[in-house]
Amino acid sequence: MSIWEYANPKKFIATTTPVIPWLFAAAGVAIVGALIWGFFFTPDDYRQGSTVKIIYLHVPSAMMAINTWVMMLVASLIWLVRRHHVSALAARAAAPVGIVMTLLALFTGAIWGQPMWGTWWAWDPRLTSFLILFLFYLGYVALWQAIDDPDTAADLTAVLCIVGSVFAVLSRYAVLFWNQGLHQGASLSLDAEENVADVFYYPLLLSLAGFVLLFLALVLLRTQTEIRVRRTRALLARSRRAAPEARA
Amino acid sequence: MIALLLRDMTLAVRAGGGFGLGLAFFLIVVVLVPFGVGPEAAVLTRIAPGILWVAALLAALLSLDRIFALDWEDGSLPLLATSPLPLEAVALMKALAHWVTTGLPLTLAAPVLGFLLTLAPEAYVWLLASLALGTPALSMIGTFGAALTVGLRRGGLLMSLLVLPLYVPTLIFGAEAVRRGAEGTGATTPLLFMAGITFGTIALLPFAAAAALRVNLR
Repeated sequence: MSIWEYANPKKFIATTTPVIPWLFAAAGVAIVGALIWGFFFTPDDYRQGSTVKIIYLHVPSAMMAINTWVMMLVASLIWLVRRHHVSALAARAAAPVGIVMTLLALFTGAIWGQPMWGTWWAWDPRLTSFLILFLFYLGYVALWQAIDDPDTAADLTAVLCIVGSVFAVLSRYAVLFWNQGLHQGASLSLDAEENVADVFYYPLLLSLAGFVLLFLALVLLRTQTEIRVRRTRALLARSRRAAPEARA
Repeated sequence: MIALLLRDMTLAVRAGGGFGLGLAFFLIVVVLVPFGVGPEAAVLTRIAPGILWVAALLAALLSLDRIFALDWEDGSLPLLATSPLPLEAVALMKALAHWVTTGLPLTLAAPVLGFLLTLAPEAYVWLLASLALGTPALSMIGTFGAALTVGLRRGGLLMSLLVLPLYVPTLIFGAEAVRRGAEGTGATTPLLFMAGITFGTIALLPFAAAAALRVNLR
């Protein structure tokens, strides 16, 4: 029994189909619960007022925007090394989720920045690197859509994903060099004694868990869809080949 | 390798190769800027480093799709792939040829255009140095982008979308070096960073470009 057995599309669909509804349900419960908890049962921050509450959307979406790219990188590497089609399709399926997460982080950040910094947008390192990340996602999706042959597309996007990862990290530090920013430091890190006050911390963790579950559910579902799309194409191609004989 | 370099350079310089087009584009973009922002010397001096770098970058982008497209159309790319020369070396030579025909002229023309934008006198050395160090990275990254999109019918626009985000670090360090040079505050740091990016891309991206070419030739 090895993990690679799940790279078989049939096995993948059979295993994930019963799991997906549960993932969606758990994600819904966690996110709705965290938002209700965060919005109504935590105090206002003494300096930021109620705007602090956007943290329950902003931090998880920003985190998932980066993690999605990392997941795509891992999936691309697996595709290049072991040639499992499910892996390539999972990377393809994750990209639009990443785009949405990036946009969500940018928009919630803008909504928060307007009352706090007095501006919707600043050319701050973190904001800028997120915008660049968004452009990377766009290029990645555009390359997938531009190429007809699925294997060629998978190979080229995998190469792009790897090179893009290096440049995304590079841009992150280049931008840091370019402009000192308004954005505060990391809200969450594993080694910090206390990250944010506990009242905000637990709903935030719940919201994070909800976003991770939602991401898993969406990516699994979208990967299934991609697999089925490819099967349909194969069936169509086969019937088109068979059709002339039937007529004759 | 040398023969391939010479061939590509000759093709680029002779009629239809588009040599000089990039330079003309560079000139036009720089000339258009004062029309857009007004002719005040103070404003122009301040934005000149950034404008020169962005214009150089766009001019380099303009000729990227020629790197592999012509060889792809007339079938010489598969010949190159089956030649004893490794495909990585082909990619490197293509990038070098692109740099000699685009990056180098851009670098040499930049100081002249600096006069048009009333660039600060201290910045000229840094402009030359940063462009000379940075344009090879632009050519190399562009070669990778061209290798990715070579098989596509309308790859040019897609390639811009893929390549421009990759240009961001080079642009930041390049423009920053010139800006700091103009102000007279330690411009060597961004210049060193940019040199690192350039040599890093030259060391690694030929492999990525060759991998993309192999996929496209399959």
